[in-house]
Amino acid sequence: MSEPLVVIGNGMAAARFCENLGKEALGRYSVLVVGAEPTLAYNRVLLSSVLAGEIAREETELKPRQWWERQGVTLVYGRRAVSIDRERQVVLLEGGARLPYAKLVLATGSHPIRLPKPGMDLPGVVTFRDHDDVSAMLAAASPATRAVVIGGGLLGIEAAYGLALTGTRVTLIHLMDRLMERQLDSEAAAMLKAALEARGITVLLGADTAAIEGDGCVESVLLADGRRLAADMVVSAVGIRANADLARAAGLAVNRGVVVDDQLATLDPAIHAIGECAEHRGTCYGLVEPAYQQGAALARHLAGKSATYAGSVLSTNLKVSGVPVFSAGDFVGEPGTEVIVWRDPGLGTYRKLVIRDDVLAGAILFGETSDALWYLDLIREGRPLGRLRDAVVFGQALAEAA
Amino acid sequence: MTAHSHLPNPVVTACPYCGVGCGVIASVDVGGQVTIAGDPAHPANRGRLCVKGSALGETVSLEGRLLHPMIRSRSGTMERVGWGTALDAVAEAFSRTAREHGPDATAFYLSGQLLTEDYYVANKLMKGFVGTANVDTNSRLCMASSVAGHRRGFGSDTVPGSYDDLDTADLLVLVGSNAAWCHPILWQRMVANKAARGAKIVVVDPRRTATSADADLMLAVQPGMDGALFSGLLVHLAEAGAIDRAYVEAHVDGFEEALERAREIAPTVAATARACGLAENDVRALFDWFRTRDKVVTLYSQGVNQSAQGTDKVSAILNCHLATGRIGRAGMGPFSLTGQPNAMGGREVGGLANMLAAHMGFSASEVDRVRRFWAAPRMAMSEGLKAVPMFDAIEAGAVRALWVMATNPAVSLPKADHVRHALGRLDHFIVSEVVLSNDTVNSGAHILLPAAAWGEKDGTVTNSERRITRQRPFLPLPGEAKPDWWIVAEVAKRMGFAEAFSWDNAAAVFREHAALSAFENRGARDFDIGGLAMVSDAEFDALRPVQWPVRSVRDTADKRFFADGRFFTADGRARMIAIAPPALKAEADESRPFLLNTGRVRDHWHTMTRTGRAPTLGRHIVEPFAEMHPEDAAAAGIAAGDFIRIETDYGEATLRAVLSEGQARGAVFAPIHWSGETAGSARVGALVQPFTDPYSGQPEMKATPASLTRVETRVEGFVLSRGPVALPDGLRWARVAVEGGVGTVLASDQPVDGRPLAEALAGRGGTITEMTDAARGIYRAAVFRDGNLEAVLFLALDGRPSWNWIETQFGLKDLSPAARRALLSGRSPEGIADAGPTVCACFAVGLTTIRDAIAAGACDVEAVGRALKAGTNCGSCRPEIKKLIEAEAKLVPA
Repeated sequence: MSEPLVVIGNGMAAARFCENLGKEALGRYSVLVVGAEPTLAYNRVLLSSVLAGEIAREETELKPRQWWERQGVTLVYGRRAVSIDRERQVVLLEGGARLPYAKLVLATGSHPIRLPKPGMDLPGVVTFRDHDDVSAMLAAASPATRAVVIGGGLLGIEAAYGLALTGTRVTLIHLMDRLMERQLDSEAAAMLKAALEARGITVLLGADTAAIEGDGCVESVLLADGRRLAADMVVSAVGIRANADLARAAGLAVNRGVVVDDQLATLDPAIHAIGECAEHRGTCYGLVEPAYQQGAALARHLAGKSATYAGSVLSTNLKVSGVPVFSAGDFVGEPGTEVIVWRDPGLGTYRKLVIRDDVLAGAILFGETSDALWYLDLIREGRPLGRLRDAVVFGQALAEAA
Repeated sequence: MTAHSHLPNPVVTACPYCGVGCGVIASVDVGGQVTIAGDPAHPANRGRLCVKGSALGETVSLEGRLLHPMIRSRSGTMERVGWGTALDAVAEAFSRTAREHGPDATAFYLSGQLLTEDYYVANKLMKGFVGTANVDTNSRLCMASSVAGHRRGFGSDTVPGSYDDLDTADLLVLVGSNAAWCHPILWQRMVANKAARGAKIVVVDPRRTATSADADLMLAVQPGMDGALFSGLLVHLAEAGAIDRAYVEAHVDGFEEALERAREIAPTVAATARACGLAENDVRALFDWFRTRDKVVTLYSQGVNQSAQGTDKVSAILNCHLATGRIGRAGMGPFSLTGQPNAMGGREVGGLANMLAAHMGFSASEVDRVRRFWAAPRMAMSEGLKAVPMFDAIEAGAVRALWVMATNPAVSLPKADHVRHALGRLDHFIVSEVVLSNDTVNSGAHILLPAAAWGEKDGTVTNSERRITRQRPFLPLPGEAKPDWWIVAEVAKRMGFAEAFSWDNAAAVFREHAALSAFENRGARDFDIGGLAMVSDAEFDALRPVQWPVRSVRDTADKRFFADGRFFTADGRARMIAIAPPALKAEADESRPFLLNTGRVRDHWHTMTRTGRAPTLGRHIVEPFAEMHPEDAAAAGIAAGDFIRIETDYGEATLRAVLSEGQARGAVFAPIHWSGETAGSARVGALVQPFTDPYSGQPEMKATPASLTRVETRVEGFVLSRGPVALPDGLRWARVAVEGGVGTVLASDQPVDGRPLAEALAGRGGTITEMTDAARGIYRAAVFRDGNLEAVLFLALDGRPSWNWIETQFGLKDLSPAARRALLSGRSPEGIADAGPTVCACFAVGLTTIRDAIAAGACDVEAVGRALKAGTNCGSCRPEIKKLIEAEAKLVPA
């Protein structure tokens, strides 16, 4: 008889976990996935493509229904889990259903953060997290619409980009002096800003939101410096917060997220957490790749195989509004490091490598990222560059050509 | 430039470089592109060409060309004027100077690159009409010692033999000649003789060269000791009974005196070896071969000529040939290899200060004869100033008006910095040139006259074997450029000599020159081309290469001199000469412990005004250098590639050190080609001492005492640009033609900030692509304008960046995307698969790679994912992959 395994959350981490568990130990567990969103698991990364009209909503589905059936996974979606009874090893669902578990995996993801400013609850203020948000934005989008996107991180930029492609007049405001300051240095950030501006997006940096104003619905955004931006729609994309509510209520250790060890286990050995809701070695990752790595590691572990998740080297490797961007490691270039820069404004490309003691410590690639994984390997492996150093900034093929 | 229908195409003409005088065939295609091939019918080269000749097509662009007469304005700038104004000014300058300060206050400094017709007109104007023999030439630096040696030995400036002798000799002795580099076509004939007939080749040269590499015997003679070697040889021949007593008795004077002096200098093989710094066995080998092989040709070039005892060295060689009667017969004789295309033509017209005209000197009867022929009002009555004293006289203010034609004395003369300074003192400094800028032009020229260049010129040249060859035009005269003879004739007319200087064309000048050579000659003078004095214009146009003398219309067969023992001295007998004991004019000492030797490199010629335009020729040796023995370098703490400052009593230069065992200890060799136009501190002429040969006036350019110091270098780099670029002060630099533009090598002992340099290269509207690795002092930049590559800059703290691959891209019209990305790496992307723009960022899968996979059968997104992993991580590229699959499906017929 298979052990009952319940996954709370039906997002990307959950899907990858299930996929891997099927590979590692098909049939060992009777898997049940509970999702609050009323859809099959979908690729959240593609929401901006849906917003941009590049793909249909259905195309974001990670796996078709038949796949889940073949995996033997029972899907319970559109139902919220409301509590965990650790003693009885039971999950309570909205509406009263009780799901016993031998193993419980929390993959509850995160909540969008709403700024604690006046007016955030006005109609016309949306977040950018799920299909409902996208639908709301699309409903309001038009060439006559003035949208203000708050937040110059990846999420806000994607929202701004997607909206801009609908013809909406978009202003992107960001508190910091550069976009994506946690992933990009000022030069790459400036190039990104220029790329957004080339797409018709107005970018305001150092813009501190004081309040959302409007009589009954959004009319403008007031900045701390007194500037007032007219707005028919406001997208709040200032960040995410791990969704650890169930875990906290169940008495599990929670800091910023559900605290897990290298086997992704919580204090309770029957309960694990993966993805954005988990906090591993003090870090809550907000990116898909660590979630996938955690999902894969946990699947191995629950299959009874030795598996350790030692954390992910923070890297960003994706297209931001159509521009490939990669950043990893220590890309700032502290004293004691050596910096190699290669920029081709004509091609819109920029590379910065940070080297410490002949080892690649960090990298930023903007506009052209074909060598990203090679750099990531160099950073992760920490091997001395040696003769690669001469042409390392030009990528693997040329560096190894010599 | 376009092909011009009024010019025949292709055109058979002659190469403008060395004295071998190869025939070339020039073709101009509809796009104006010039193609050069060897002329199979020309006896000198029989269709072959060296690398310099082959690359002539790369040198004919009009970039940097002087296209209009220019006169220095009161404010000091050069301003364009009409020909009338310019010619009036030149005529006035010479007339007034001659009137106020005497004819000897005027001078011409001419060139072995002038055609015979140009030379003739210039010589005639000065020696017959202005009344001064101050007509000298860069040939003074080239073969004046051979002229003096010939005249002393033969009574005439005669090269007795023919190139055919090189094919049939059994022993070829090259003295002071790097023929493999400087006369490559003749060298190939010698090597072929060696291969086919087993001829022995001996090279006598202080340094090992490309020539000695193919020699049977290399005699690394001490500088200046060639005369001792040939003195020892003469003694050996006498003692071994190898003297041709009958020939000597019948035709040669001075044998006993010459032999006696030779015995004082080099009495034995051992003494010869000692004096020359050679192994006895090697000396004996040469002597034995010379004694036992009748067919000996001794070839000599600048190592003999450019010497304060050059005339004696020539005499020491001639002595051995005269004493054995090995002269004027097939496969034997002394053979002067001239360095310039028309050194011989210049000698024929008398374009030297110590010659009058047509191989006549300044005896009263000769002056009178020429006066009558020219109907000349004011004959020069005696020799004029030879090159070195001429420029001394300019510096001293004695010569106040100078006209330089087709040469660059501010680079090529000894103590060239003094020359440059002296030129600035002239009242009237006129330059006939093809380029807008060179060191001579930039020494304060007052009037610039645009002259015809090779490819446009029409006339004749004479090569080292006395063969007259037509230079024919295949390009139109650009701008307002004019033939040199026309320019001089127009000035002469304005000076009041219209009657004597009115020719319709070059053929008319040639006819007069030919007539003068035959005038009252009757066999008394070697140079006689009277048989050509009546050629029609059409016959002149069609004139085939012909060896002089041409004493009658039918006398066009090849011929040699002196087999009959008839010489051109007053008594008809040759002279053997008792030479002065060999010694250098200046020896190395503690403060100047090295002897600076100067010479040429394979792929450049003179001051690079022509070869410096050809990318093909820039690749062999990119920058000026100084070559020295590794042990000398080690002792001075100099490593290969370091920069060294070479100082002499006359000047200094900073050059890249090249180490070679081929250099003798204590010797340093530097090439003469670089100038202020092509390098920051490589004017080697400025280092050279001015001591001259007492007979020939030729300076000793190959043994100037010098000291060396290593110069610190911190930064090295280069710039490739479309044209010459201005560089900040303090940078060491040298410039060379590359595909698509100019390559400039850079070095500095101070840090160089690359960004401002790149910005200067970019100017307005250029975008800079750059790479910095500050920890290594690396800065690299490429400048693009409208997407086109404009310039590349590389700087590095240690090591010398190479532009080899980048140059191949610089010459292309369009840079491939892969090449653009690889550009600043300096490494070729060839063989590196271009994945195309990234589609899947997570797994770095490119567009091209994905298309290939689709074409190979991946029919949906999942299949692409299985094949390439693309789209299997974050999945954000899946829509793009799907579109690619759909697009591909449309291409495949159902």
